[in-house]
Amino acid sequence: MSDHEYTPKSKFGKWFNDRLPLLSLASHLTDYPTPKNLNYWWTFGGILTFCLITQIVTGLTLAMHYIAHADMAFESVEHIMRDVNYGWLIRYIHANGASMFFLAVYIHIFRSLFYGSYKSPREIIWIIGIIIYLLMMAAAFMGYVLPWGQMSFWGATVITNLFSAIPLVGEGIVTWLWGGYSVDNPTLTRFFTLHYLIPFLILGLVVLHIWALHVPGNNNPVGIDIKKPSKDTVPFHPYIVIKDGFALLMFMIVFAFFVFYAPNILGHADNYIEANPLVTPAHIVPEWYLLPFYAILRSVPDKLLGVIAMLSAILILAALPWLDTSKIRSAVFRPLYKQFYWILVADVLILGYVGAMPAEGLYLLIARVATAYYFLHFLVILPVLGLKEKTIPLPLSITEPVMGGSPNIAMAKKKESKIE
Amino acid sequence: MSEKKTNRRDFLFTATYAVGAVGVGATIWPMIDQMNPDASVKALASTEVDVSTVTPGKTITVLWRGKPVFIRRRTQEEITEAKSVKLEDLKDPEKDEDRAKNPEWLVMLGVCTHLGCVPLDQKGDYNGWFCPCHGSHYDTSGRIRKGPAPTNMEVPKYEFVNVNTIKIG
Repeated sequence: MSDHEYTPKSKFGKWFNDRLPLLSLASHLTDYPTPKNLNYWWTFGGILTFCLITQIVTGLTLAMHYIAHADMAFESVEHIMRDVNYGWLIRYIHANGASMFFLAVYIHIFRSLFYGSYKSPREIIWIIGIIIYLLMMAAAFMGYVLPWGQMSFWGATVITNLFSAIPLVGEGIVTWLWGGYSVDNPTLTRFFTLHYLIPFLILGLVVLHIWALHVPGNNNPVGIDIKKPSKDTVPFHPYIVIKDGFALLMFMIVFAFFVFYAPNILGHADNYIEANPLVTPAHIVPEWYLLPFYAILRSVPDKLLGVIAMLSAILILAALPWLDTSKIRSAVFRPLYKQFYWILVADVLILGYVGAMPAEGLYLLIARVATAYYFLHFLVILPVLGLKEKTIPLPLSITEPVMGGSPNIAMAKKKESKIE
Repeated sequence: MSEKKTNRRDFLFTATYAVGAVGVGATIWPMIDQMNPDASVKALASTEVDVSTVTPGKTITVLWRGKPVFIRRRTQEEITEAKSVKLEDLKDPEKDEDRAKNPEWLVMLGVCTHLGCVPLDQKGDYNGWFCPCHGSHYDTSGRIRKGPAPTNMEVPKYEFVNVNTIKIG
């Protein structure tokens, strides 16, 4: 939190701020001291906020034209595409926006993994982030059901059936989720309700996520604690605002490319066929952002254990701050961790690839090896590495490496004062 | 004296919590139960199907409770194959006689017991059904033989109303 007390200049401002300190909050946010060495991997928080707002705004407008009924949903989506003014644009932004949201969140998560942002004192920020990620997956899944195409219907069937793996009560839970004996109209209407609700839950959690961030302040690429405010920091506005803004612009170019030039490339053609409970599409695969977990589910030959493995793969992330025993945050100073990090990135990409392929032969074998490695990374490699790894000495301040990397405080200080 | 007073207060707290918990439970239950199948869904409990046009080796699929039901008139080879399987070879041991009371007719939910896809007819390693979603193979009696599905395809309650009509449910 900023250390200085803020007093509004105008008399009305002071009167208002004494009763509701919104101006103090605004002042805190603009002056918020930020490490001056933040790189572009740190701009995805802002990008994700943009994604959330985009999804909420386009979602609200789509909801004005969409009809949540099994007999009319598919047609109402076609109506949006063909008849509603700019309906095609709003729907393509919303559909591709989901993919962009996940693209950004995966970069954001892997940024944290590389720079150790989940470590003390930032565990709560991390766990709130994991909850947001889970809610994002729930929202994306239910949103995909709403157009009531073949992939919507069968995706909903497969995912809700995951709960039937629970012993004894599983079947009852599935019937309860469906509101019937199969995915049907009651399922669609409740999914629409929840799809509408979840983004606002996410919004609330984002506020907590940022609040929790502003207590210790940002981590940084060097990963050492910094004094705030000091020579090591810059105020959020205008420095970070401009940097985030530029990154957002670049991101929007990628976003616009998908919306205008390849709006269906991330979807499945089968979803332009209306839902048919009698025919399952030959290849049923989830959206790309869920593929690694889908690969883990399919790699286990037992129904219940497969579901447990898939859920554990996500929930294990919440335990990460305690599984990683190293006190050094940034991978820059952990030569071995850095290599294992990139192996993990490759492992997740491989899981994503085999998740899209049929579960047989070589693909299945690769999926099994990659699944085993995924758990090995978190449960064995990380705890052991923290105890065994020989790390590179940390610099004394984030200014020091920039100024020449002398381990001598006096030298660094001298150089700094020269620059000034 | 003071100890007695504390006990009385404790009793009041416990009683309050207990009554409060019952109240909260009674309030939440309707909110949860409203998601269960409603009266109109339950009312669609049975269907009658005319099977006079189904020749041996042919399957028809009908919708019952929103789920596909396979009605297959099996050929003699399929019946022989289904009966010749040893029970020890089965993941979910069930005799063919118990699944098809009239061996010529196999009636079962066309729903893969893994994650609910509709298996494809006359495919897979056992000439029965094959689920395209996650690769479960079923034999000519609809029993699971290979793949992630845990149990055989379910046989619903059904009966022959007359020679040409099956009532499901």
